[in-house]
Amino acid sequence: MEDTSNIVRVTKVTKTFQLGKAEVHALKGVDLEVATGKYISIMGPSGSGKSTLFNMIGGLDKPTSGKVFIDEVDVAQLDAYELAWLRCRKIGYIFQTFNIIQVMTALENVTLPMIFGGMSNDAAVDKGFQLLELVGLGDRFQHKPFELSGGQQQRVAIARALANDPAIILADEPTGNLDLNTGEEIISLLKQLSQERNVTVISATHDIKMLNVSDQVVWIRDGRIDKIENREELSISVGQIDIRE
Amino acid sequence: MNNPSTSIQGKNGHHDVARQVALPFKKSVEIAFKSIRVRFFRSLITTMSLVLAISFLSFINVSTDVANGMLATHDSAFRQALIRSGYDLEPEENSVGNSPKQQWLVILSLLVCVVGIVNAQLMAVTERFREIGTMKCLGALDRFILRLFLIESGMQGVVGAGIGALAGGLCALANAVLRFGFNAITTVIWQDVAVSISTATGVGLMLSLVGVLYPAILAARMQPVEAMRVEH
Repeated sequence: MEDTSNIVRVTKVTKTFQLGKAEVHALKGVDLEVATGKYISIMGPSGSGKSTLFNMIGGLDKPTSGKVFIDEVDVAQLDAYELAWLRCRKIGYIFQTFNIIQVMTALENVTLPMIFGGMSNDAAVDKGFQLLELVGLGDRFQHKPFELSGGQQQRVAIARALANDPAIILADEPTGNLDLNTGEEIISLLKQLSQERNVTVISATHDIKMLNVSDQVVWIRDGRIDKIENREELSISVGQIDIRE
Repeated sequence: MNNPSTSIQGKNGHHDVARQVALPFKKSVEIAFKSIRVRFFRSLITTMSLVLAISFLSFINVSTDVANGMLATHDSAFRQALIRSGYDLEPEENSVGNSPKQQWLVILSLLVCVVGIVNAQLMAVTERFREIGTMKCLGALDRFILRLFLIESGMQGVVGAGIGALAGGLCALANAVLRFGFNAITTVIWQDVAVSISTATGVGLMLSLVGVLYPAILAARMQPVEAMRVEH
């Protein structure tokens, strides 16, 4: 029996978009395997197909050809109920624009996926409190998103992503809208939580700071995977902006 | 190894309790209510057109009820007063209906109201695309979104139509008192008035739901990808 199974497997995936008369080949044949429990970063320039690949993995879009397997289940074969179940229970999403529902408090945002998953209100609220404590927002559970800073909103998003104990967290440019220090905090929070809970984190990003914590980095360019680097092979040095002492 | 009760196994599994995605009705009412409360001012403006149109409908109907009440007394003074105020009455006629002109006016005002509701709800869906897409990423089924919009619109409809119908009815009664004296309303059949006000409320609710149907279906069909990254 294998020690580590592949939680996500992408085989020969291509994706072509029809924009008016032109065809855009966003992905030109991608093969990728993600082992359970790892922290993967997908890096590449704008227009490289990073977010398209990301959408494939997250079950948000279907490939033109090729297959995407999540836990050895072909995502393209799922019907609407099963897709909804997948998004509710198996995958947690984190977005660049936080995407917290503005009309609900932090606690309500975190408990929403639990409600969809069929948890009772009381159990959901308890668990929501715990998760908010975990990300350091225990005293801000009643605040609405506009009362929270960007970093705090992203923390709420992380707590929400963990709501139903997912197997995978998909983070789309989680630090894109955050400054250097806040971004740093968010990245270490994600890494810490993923280790504690054995969650696979797949993040699509521009951010070099993400490289420090990744187990594997997938470089994507022009619709194809350029190379896959493991942590030992990476060599990065990151400067820091700070106040002169 | 994968725990079978927490993994998907293909097409024939979605009735299993362990794999259900649910939105309890009470919860959807709660979410709808909070959505309205947060956007209260906007809801107010949307509902205003409904209030006005329904109060017009109610006014016409209750005025007719009052006139019929007056005619039922066979009091000739009342009859004269009614004819002078514009009702067309043949000598043998003992009840009054709505003239075609009145009916047309009411139908037109209701149509304008529906168009206004459709427009406002389409705008709401466009504004809330990110919210809708996010909910879908959290596992909401299409029909949850549809349900949320219908409940929201239903709540606005009931309140708006209720207020409009009552206001219209009261205006009609006040108008009768001013024109024909207080005796005019003592003869009215209150059941008829109650029926008029209830039907006006019902019509308003129905218009509200009809108006939101198309935008809500659009919202429900929205793909979650639209909630994802903003394209640079």
